[in-house]
Amino acid sequence: MDYFLNEDQLMIRDLARQIAEEKVVPVREELDEKEKFPWEIMKVLAQSDLFGLFIPEEYGGLGKGSLELAIAVEELSKACVGVSTTYAANALGTYPILLFGTDEQKKKYLPDIAAGKRLVAFGLTEANAGSDAGGIQTTARLDGDSYVLNGTKQWITNGGEAEIYTIIAITDRGKGARGASAFIVEKDTPGFTFGKKEKKMGIRCSATRELVFEDCRIPRENILAREGMGFIVAMKTLDSSRVGVGAQGLGVAQGALNEAIKFARQRVQFGHPIISFQAIQHMIADMATEIEAARALVYSVARFIDSGAKDVTKVSAMAKLFATDMGMRVTTNAVQVMGGSGYMKEYPVEKMMRDAKILQIYEGTNQIQRNVIAQNIIKEAAKGK
Amino acid sequence: MHIVVCIKQVPDTAEVRINQETGTLIREGVPSIINPYDMHAIEAALWIKEQKGGKVTVLTMGPPQAEAALREAISMGADDGVLLTGREFAGSDTLATSFSLASAIKKLQVDMVICGKQAIDGDTAQVGPEVAEFLNIPHISYVRKINEITDGGIKVERLMDEGFDLVESTLPVLLTVVRELNQPRLPSLKGKMNAKKAEIKKLGGPEIGAPTERLGFSGSPTQVKRIFTPEPRIGRSMIEGTPAEQVEALLKILIERKCV
Ligand SMILES: Cc1cc2nc3c(=O)[nH]c(=O)nc-3n(C[C@H](O)[C@H](O)[C@H](O)COP(=O)(O)OP(=O)(O)OC[C@H]3O[C@@H](n4cnc5c(N)ncnc54)[C@H](O)[C@@H]3O)c2cc1C
Ligand SMILES: Cc1cc2nc3c(=O)[nH]c(=O)nc-3n(C[C@H](O)[C@H](O)[C@H](O)COP(=O)(O)OP(=O)(O)OC[C@H]3O[C@@H](n4cnc5c(N)ncnc54)[C@H](O)[C@@H]3O)c2cc1C
Repeated sequence: MDYFLNEDQLMIRDLARQIAEEKVVPVREELDEKEKFPWEIMKVLAQSDLFGLFIPEEYGGLGKGSLELAIAVEELSKACVGVSTTYAANALGTYPILLFGTDEQKKKYLPDIAAGKRLVAFGLTEANAGSDAGGIQTTARLDGDSYVLNGTKQWITNGGEAEIYTIIAITDRGKGARGASAFIVEKDTPGFTFGKKEKKMGIRCSATRELVFEDCRIPRENILAREGMGFIVAMKTLDSSRVGVGAQGLGVAQGALNEAIKFARQRVQFGHPIISFQAIQHMIADMATEIEAARALVYSVARFIDSGAKDVTKVSAMAKLFATDMGMRVTTNAVQVMGGSGYMKEYPVEKMMRDAKILQIYEGTNQIQRNVIAQNIIKEAAKGK
Repeated sequence: MHIVVCIKQVPDTAEVRINQETGTLIREGVPSIINPYDMHAIEAALWIKEQKGGKVTVLTMGPPQAEAALREAISMGADDGVLLTGREFAGSDTLATSFSLASAIKKLQVDMVICGKQAIDGDTAQVGPEVAEFLNIPHISYVRKINEITDGGIKVERLMDEGFDLVESTLPVLLTVVRELNQPRLPSLKGKMNAKKAEIKKLGGPEIGAPTERLGFSGSPTQVKRIFTPEPRIGRSMIEGTPAEQVEALLKILIERKCV
């Protein structure tokens, strides 16, 4: 299908594809096996300017938007979701600065981020606050010219590897949802350490770690927006980033389908290539159709965000929900098409199926996406839209 | 520091077919790429520019389509592209190729010229050293590592059959490089955008001040008699075992063949 991408978008797609094929595919199995952080690939992405895609030109980026980012994420995800998670989590951590930072904060951080010199992470989740983000317990107390942070963030992507962290913490417990604020915390700040690195089912090259704050003192000017804006920062950030998770689902599904087709044309049973069996053909037809539908939705939502639309919560949740449920189904079916071979580590679909699962969980589980979509529908209905 | 990189556009296959009648390469229907060794030459130049500052110009002699090779080099980070093109260059052998490239380089004021070790189609590995001769500057071939660059000089390692030579030279100098030197980078988005806009300078014989009789067919004394794949050498045998056993076996063979 032709999505009428412009010349720059095609250029971005081709370059991301070239990096995926030449730099990611040859090492993805090893990265997965050894749980090795993909620094080499991050350097290539940096040198290729891909970290600057969505950052305005005045801060050293390319001034592109969600669609371009989604295209790059999709291509990387065809090769390895661990790698694309590392890349996309950097964007996730950057959005709070991009959307809510002062000019000074942007000048200080965005050029390094655009150049890929410093990696970013986003810290919201805690042991007792997953879907229920309102339950976070990490606190930030104003003390003179500093905020003092205490608490532990859990399962933070790029934890330990990133140098810049955007953190949501409680500044006024009495105010409920309006009692949280967002902060920029730099690695190596005294009182900021890292807990254990998690062992995971999939995206094993991506680093997932605890962030531990013990009387961690940061300059007062590191607050993003104002006190009390923490959850708004978090929600607007997720509104922007969720379409990227959809793009990951799209990419991993396309990668798995490509493998399944290649295999089905070669594998002979009962004297015929298995692709000649209608049961296999129908699975492949369904997989391809679902992928195309997801791509149409993801690209449309990305374009809608880039148009400057105000309320994108519902549609970005839809893009994430649909494309990642699809990603799980298609990767599972790719394993099925390939039979026992699909289950073996010799073929990449085994890893793709493991990797796809996280997409239904992080940045809000798909149950939570449905809640969000339904809440918005109810709101719209009440307003008589 | 102004560095000129000579790049050649070649067919994307190590298996070049040859027209048996004319003895020339058949290029039709084969996609073109930058000669793989020249990718390492480009990377070396960009790396030096990053260390020392300056400018990288890529130069190629070829048909109008060779412009694509120059744009690709610019997308990797080269600043300028120069294309030597025109009927007068057609049919150049290595002498005419080198003369043409050198004539163009003379116009450019350079501190360093970098070439690939050899082209994967022509395979002669002559162009680099010949260009250096025409420019009357030193050359170091088979560079596998650059150890140091100062204002007036360079220290490199030259790959040899066994080990390497440490070679030091003054600037300007011409290097030919091998794959071991580096890992060529991929293009960048900003580079690709520059490449799209870049103006490629196109020069013909008159612009480089070269007499026509030194260019193309008329400047090429090479005559192709026959092109063939040499028979692989046979009759080689390996001696195995412990060192003592190997010496024993070798001695036996040498005595048998009356060598000692
Ligand atoms: C690999 C990995 C990387 C991550 N990276 C980051 C990161 O970089 N930054 C960050 O802040 N967080 C990160 N997370 C956290 C992630 O966003 C949370 O895991 C996710 O939001 C779900 O929270 P939870 O795991 O606590 O599940 P829970 O909230 O405990 O949910 C458990 C189950 O209950 C369901 N459920 C819960 N509440 C409801 C409800 N109201 N209605 C219906 N169903 C419900 C959920 O859908 C789920 O099926 C990461 C997690 C993982 C696993
Ligand atoms: C016997 C013989 C007959 C030939 N006859 C013809 C002919 O009739 N017609 C014809 O078109 N060709 C002919 N060629 C091909 C042509 O002579 C060579 O391709 C050309 O001179 C370059 O030599 P090479 O490919 O061996 O390059 P090498 O010397 O192996 O290349 C070394 C390096 O020199 C540089 N370089 C080489 N060529 C160029 C270039 N064009 N522009 C910029 N940099 C360059 C590159 O850095 C390259 O890595 C012939 C070649 C041979 C060996």
